[in-house]
Amino acid sequence: MTTMNAMNAMNATNDDPQQETALPIKIAVRDLNFYYGKFLALKQISLDIPEHCVTAFIGPSGCGKSTLLRTFNRMYELYPEQRATGSITLDGENLLASTQDIALIRARIGMVFQKPTPFPMSIFDNIAFGVKLFENLSRIDMEERVEWALKKAALWDEVKDKLPQSGASLSGGQQQRLCIARGVAIKPEVLLLDEPCSALDPISTARIEELIAEIKKDYTVIIVTHNMQQAARCSDYTAYMYLGELMEFGETEQMFLKPVRQETEDYITGRFG
Amino acid sequence: MYAPLSSFPRRLLSDALADRLFGLLARLAALITLALLLGILLSLIVGAWPAIHQFGPGFLTHNAWDPVKEDFGGRVMIYGTLATSIIALAIAVPVSFGIALFLTELSPAWLKRPLGTAVELLAAVPSIVYGMWGLMVFGPVLARYVQQPMQSLLGDVPFLGALVSGPPVGIGILSAGIILSIMIIPFIASVMRDVFEVTPPLLKESAYGLGATTWEVIWKIVLPFTKTGVLGGIMLGLGRALGETMAVTFVIGNMNQLNSISLFEPANSITSALANEFAEAAPGLHQASLIYLGLVLFLITFVVLTFSRLLLMRLQKNEGMSV
Amino acid sequence: MKTNEIANENADQNPDRARIARFARRKQINRIALTLSLAAMLFGMFWLAWILWETLRLGLGSLSMAMLTQSTPPPNEPLGEGGLANAIMGSLLMVALATFVGAPIGILSGVYLAEYDPRGKLAMIIRFVNDLLLSAPSIIIGLFVYAVMVVRFKAFSGWAGAVALALIVIPVVIRTTENMLMLIPAGLREAAYALGAPKWKVITRITLTAARAGVLTGILLAVARISGETAPLLFTALNNQFWNFGLDGPTANLPVTILQFAMSPYENWQQLAWGGVFLITMAVLGLNILARVLSRKK
Repeated sequence: MTTMNAMNAMNATNDDPQQETALPIKIAVRDLNFYYGKFLALKQISLDIPEHCVTAFIGPSGCGKSTLLRTFNRMYELYPEQRATGSITLDGENLLASTQDIALIRARIGMVFQKPTPFPMSIFDNIAFGVKLFENLSRIDMEERVEWALKKAALWDEVKDKLPQSGASLSGGQQQRLCIARGVAIKPEVLLLDEPCSALDPISTARIEELIAEIKKDYTVIIVTHNMQQAARCSDYTAYMYLGELMEFGETEQMFLKPVRQETEDYITGRFG
Repeated sequence: MYAPLSSFPRRLLSDALADRLFGLLARLAALITLALLLGILLSLIVGAWPAIHQFGPGFLTHNAWDPVKEDFGGRVMIYGTLATSIIALAIAVPVSFGIALFLTELSPAWLKRPLGTAVELLAAVPSIVYGMWGLMVFGPVLARYVQQPMQSLLGDVPFLGALVSGPPVGIGILSAGIILSIMIIPFIASVMRDVFEVTPPLLKESAYGLGATTWEVIWKIVLPFTKTGVLGGIMLGLGRALGETMAVTFVIGNMNQLNSISLFEPANSITSALANEFAEAAPGLHQASLIYLGLVLFLITFVVLTFSRLLLMRLQKNEGMSV
Repeated sequence: MKTNEIANENADQNPDRARIARFARRKQINRIALTLSLAAMLFGMFWLAWILWETLRLGLGSLSMAMLTQSTPPPNEPLGEGGLANAIMGSLLMVALATFVGAPIGILSGVYLAEYDPRGKLAMIIRFVNDLLLSAPSIIIGLFVYAVMVVRFKAFSGWAGAVALALIVIPVVIRTTENMLMLIPAGLREAAYALGAPKWKVITRITLTAARAGVLTGILLAVARISGETAPLLFTALNNQFWNFGLDGPTANLPVTILQFAMSPYENWQQLAWGGVFLITMAVLGLNILARVLSRKK
């Protein structure tokens, strides 16, 4: 990742972070404000998420990192009192102003949540559910797709003999990988992971982290985590957020070795947070 | 706000006694519930015994009700009870599902609470109100605007014609079924809304996150997730419909006949037979036969309600994770 | 499209277009389903609004002072003659008696379930049976009380009616009392025990006091429930044309009077029946709203 030198030079204020970078930008956020009712939860966020990298959002709880993630697929729209202003562009198309139906955008941006959320159906159908929403596959093609997705999520060997069983019968770590497989199966371009390991044991966490490193070849991955070691281990870029503001954004290595701002250093070194 | 201390040793003894007394009293009170259930069952069996002895299980399908010749059979009433309840469910289940869907997913936030409260309040309206309205207001409207047009339209069609024949007064199985359905809609709808609302938001978000539409989330995720609770709610509604007296008695017509399959012909149900005849029935076989009907009703609702409770309990225990 | 780079062999050559085409159909289905849901809401509300409207219209039309002061008239009297006073009185007496008998038993049972044996086997069974009784057909309760009281004393009576209603009050009060006691934080109980207070005192002075708004709500709901109950009174209290303060012998009551008058062909009776239905509806809705307000304050 050393060829991408641009990010570390970036200052973390609210200036427009336009700069030349070797990597194509997948998602560009500009002047994003987010409100829960009257409460301003995100303040003038601007950042560029590079393609085929893992970008981590870190910060103390309540800093807005999950909120930011949930604007990328407009999940907040389920709740009438929440709204966002500004722009988020995916491959040049503004998601917030898009006239395209949100469901089609969500097909391009998969999401995995804090807790595993297996649907109340078989393991097979858990994955087929999303695929069927957008594609009309024959039985054989569908079986192939399910196998492909489960292999991507490193779960195939564990479940190949019990595909008709309920998704809820798996262990927590397996369930979370099932959710990743489900997201991968519809072939999104971006994968949003919202503290995917917060409900898992260390061994399951390690497996998910390996998986993240593996799938970033194909996807742009954005991960929210409260665990700094996790951010350090598996991300290429890190954004540090505090009280709804983006404090610093840059290459992970750089950020952890030599943060630009004092606040970031305090947080990373555990002096606060 | 603590209780005054009573730690003087001489009071400890009386406290211990009071404790035991109070505990015993509470236990006795709780046992009344069990005694009540057993008492009901026992008194029904004893009361019905002459009829059980005389007619045996054949009573259930025997088509006769003749107090003069003392020949009794429950077929007409049992049919009436089942038919009205089935019509009621057929209307109430889809409508309640729609209402619950509206209340949980569609309603604007400011309307959610008032509408939900309205539905719950309507579940509290006494059934005599529904019955009275059915007899005085709805029956005539049904006869005029539904039965008569259908008779002139289908009168000559075999089977269908028979289904709508009868005096055009808006009384019979169909009226009773419709009024029962209106009565149980608030029940089923509020149970369905409650179980839909226990669906974890994350689960719904995951489905939305894949690009599912609202309908797909409800139909393929929320409904399977809550299916035991939904079924429990439907069974609860069925239990209500089977055992409902007043809403049916007013409009079913109270005729012990089963000569035609018409939905508009006056008929009878277990509850309305009891309501109309019991107080005046002569002690003996007539009264015993009515109690026999009551026993049948009690056993049917007992099974339905037990099933409903087991389903709802299972939902609570597993929070819907059972698949 | 980037998706093609990771596509397996079977993927559509142009996934975006296929998605949009398929999505149009799904969206159509979604729109139809949601429209139907709205229609169901309107359908349900339509009936219920109609019923309430007719009750208000016909009930208000038949309200008069005489209705509250005079007793039930014979058939075919001129309109406006006679009232429901004896029936209202009988109902009030029976409901009050049923509540005074049923509520304490219900509260005690609720205390047993919540405080003495929350996870025991007996409590599980009682809870289950109680839930069954909560929605068992009320006419069966009438049959039961007929068998144990009317047959035994060889007379229909207001006492029997009150007992039948009390048997309906008990399960409602048990349910709410138990639920409310379960909501009391364990810390409150423990704090009282830590002071050395005996159990019965902890229950009566601390937990029941803390839960009193909820318990009262349950009693109000039970009163609302029995105010409109007709079926259990049909063969217990029966009905009476005249005053009966003593409750022995058949006793006039509002629901059975309504039934009798509504089914009759006499216009003056029918009008009084509407007046009675209006009174009952208002009383029941009023009690329910009061219960809601009470429990919300808490």
